[in-house]
Amino acid sequence: MAMFEKDDLNLNLEATELTLGLPGCTARGNKRALPNDTQENPKSAINASESTKKYDEETAPPTKAQVVGWPPVRSFRKNCFQAKKPASAADQGDQASGIYVKVSMDGAPYLRKMDLKVYKGYAELLKALEDMFKVKVGEFCERQGYSGSEFVPTYEDKDGDWMLVGDVPWE
Amino acid sequence: MSEDDDRSPPSDPATKPPRPCAAGILASGSGGGGGVGGCGGGSTSVELFPAPFPDQVLENVLESVLCFLTCRRDRSAASLVCKSWYRAEALTRSELFIGNCYAVSPRRATARFTRVRSVAIKGKPRFADFNLMPHNWGAHFAPWVSTMAKAYPWLEKIYLKRMSVTDDDLALLADSFRNFKELVLVCCEGFSTTGLAVVANKCRQLRVLDLIESEVVDDDVDWISCFPANHTCLESLIFDCVECLINFEALERLVARSPSLKKLRVNRFLSMGQLYRLMIRAPQLTHLGTGSFGTVDGMILGDQEQDYAPAFAACKSLTCLSGFRETLPELLPAIYPVCANLTSLNFSYANINAEQLKPVIRHCHKLQTFWVLDSICDEGLQAVAAACKELRELRVFPIDAREDIEGPVSEVGLQAISEGCRKLQSILYFCQRMTNAAVMAMSKNCPDMVVFRLCIMGRRRPDHLTGQPMDEGFGAIVMNCKKLTRLAVSGLLTDRAFSYIGKYGKLVRTLSVAFAGDSDNGLKYVLEGCPKLQKLEIRDSPFGDAALRSGLHHYYNMRFLWMSSCKLTRQGCREVARAMPRLVVEVMDNEVDEGAIVEDEVEILYMYRSLEGPRDDAPKFVDIL
Repeated sequence: MAMFEKDDLNLNLEATELTLGLPGCTARGNKRALPNDTQENPKSAINASESTKKYDEETAPPTKAQVVGWPPVRSFRKNCFQAKKPASAADQGDQASGIYVKVSMDGAPYLRKMDLKVYKGYAELLKALEDMFKVKVGEFCERQGYSGSEFVPTYEDKDGDWMLVGDVPWE
Repeated sequence: MSEDDDRSPPSDPATKPPRPCAAGILASGSGGGGGVGGCGGGSTSVELFPAPFPDQVLENVLESVLCFLTCRRDRSAASLVCKSWYRAEALTRSELFIGNCYAVSPRRATARFTRVRSVAIKGKPRFADFNLMPHNWGAHFAPWVSTMAKAYPWLEKIYLKRMSVTDDDLALLADSFRNFKELVLVCCEGFSTTGLAVVANKCRQLRVLDLIESEVVDDDVDWISCFPANHTCLESLIFDCVECLINFEALERLVARSPSLKKLRVNRFLSMGQLYRLMIRAPQLTHLGTGSFGTVDGMILGDQEQDYAPAFAACKSLTCLSGFRETLPELLPAIYPVCANLTSLNFSYANINAEQLKPVIRHCHKLQTFWVLDSICDEGLQAVAAACKELRELRVFPIDAREDIEGPVSEVGLQAISEGCRKLQSILYFCQRMTNAAVMAMSKNCPDMVVFRLCIMGRRRPDHLTGQPMDEGFGAIVMNCKKLTRLAVSGLLTDRAFSYIGKYGKLVRTLSVAFAGDSDNGLKYVLEGCPKLQKLEIRDSPFGDAALRSGLHHYYNMRFLWMSSCKLTRQGCREVARAMPRLVVEVMDNEVDEGAIVEDEVEILYMYRSLEGPRDDAPKFVDIL
């Protein structure tokens, strides 16, 4: 039974990601990158090079047998619980919630929140910051910090000091 | 609550049941006498005015009588008797039900039925809810509203399900129907808050505005403020599906000036504190959708120390509760005062466990309808079984709709329900594992079962204790539940299961099949065996052209047939289209590259009877054979 770490799945297969979908549809509904057991049901194993006749719909990275419209739960309902954490304390366990941090940019009218767990390293984080605030952050080098932009990513550590993002190892 | 509910909308409660004496007049059937007699036979009467032609008399009588016939099937039967009855029935039908918007054109419908006050129209097939149907497939309300705008200026009610409705349609509606009273949109899309604003503003007699499971685009319009400024006629305002922020102060004022309001279901952007403020203004409510039942953006927006129970206690007529979108379990005790009176409780968005459910459910002795998440586990279902002896409808939704995970509910919960809730008529149950034994137990313990929908989420899963297919379980259901009209099957099923359905499912009208069967025989058994079959939806099952052909004798009796990812070929579908001119046979592909239709395989077949032939609004990815 092959079980994939959620992060590994994203990392390995982004380049080969197939996004077959129904004509005219945009990405919505039940497209979630979740591990799925494919061993039980050989018919549904996805082979990207196979003929156009497929038994299952592919809407997510190809090694899973995630099928469009199955189970028959309306997208609205499915999406309601995707981001939720269980209400009871007992469930917290290893379903650890994300690490949310507040991000503010000088001159922006409101703050944003980001889940640090989603990113694998500084490169991704900086890219996300750039996308979110529509600015360029500039090149980072150890000696001089960020150059080439007037925006510099900083964070407040537990001592209350403002630190440059990128000095300490990501973990 | 009407998720996948197939019942037609309730008819006007003002309509009286047929009076027995009316039949007596008809039976005596004599023409020539003047005046229409009252009760107690009418074969002789005094001539008070010139005698109309006999046919005329009969038709007048007929019209008077037919006014009392509300059931549309009875009406259709009456209309088949003779031309005169057909005409009289057409003149007296005030509620029009169109089960498939493409089966008949607006023009034809409005030409036949000229005095309609209430219209119900259904569009897309149910599998469209699960993204199986391409977007922009059709089911547009526009041609209907534009035709009705001219034909039915006195229209009062519109009920739409799975239709595509635009803001322009809503604007036309608001402008055309002076006396418009009720708008109910179920599983619709294509409109925004702008459209809602127009309806709220222009339909001054509006009593009912119900948006159920519909997609509403947020246009940033404060539609709540658009209702009439003085007293409104509102009796029902349902917008729990609307994913837009609303102006709470305006809503509070609206509730305050709507003395007839009985049903209010707010969306999840209302916190507990805000709900409280609404409730104290509307203690006459019978149906309440509680919104978040918790915080919104971390805030309750009310008095931190507030005890909410008195607000619930003040609603003495409350029988139906829903909402609970972001439930704070510690607030649940607030509803204890109303539990004993509840007939309907929708916890299907409440992520609560068995321990949190128990203190609530144990008071709910009168509960007839219960929707819940499987987060309550088998243990929670056992508590339901112990407390809710009057239960008629149960729906258990999955909090985690994936396959191949350890699910919280199983055959244990189903068994418990079957033993505790003997009056059960309708069940929808999502689970990861099931046994034939539990399904068989339910078939014996719940003889009143009308709707049985079991979804074992892992595809083709056998009985997890015996390893056997689920044939015997579903076989027992069709065999023992003599009133069964709707069935959805799942798990590992061979053709044998279908032979049972064909043999015993004589009343089955709706059948839903996914990832089941071995061969064409499966589908053949059903098409040959089930005379009442109206709606058949099949996906990912090995049924091919031969099976399709075996239903030719029956397709005109059906509303539709849906088959996707089966083994049909274009040629096979074409043959059916040729053999049956009154069937519209639509074939669609799912491939992104539409041009490269390499093989003859058909991805989606959707076919339905129609008086109109191929529709003219089909998008280019739809091929009508």
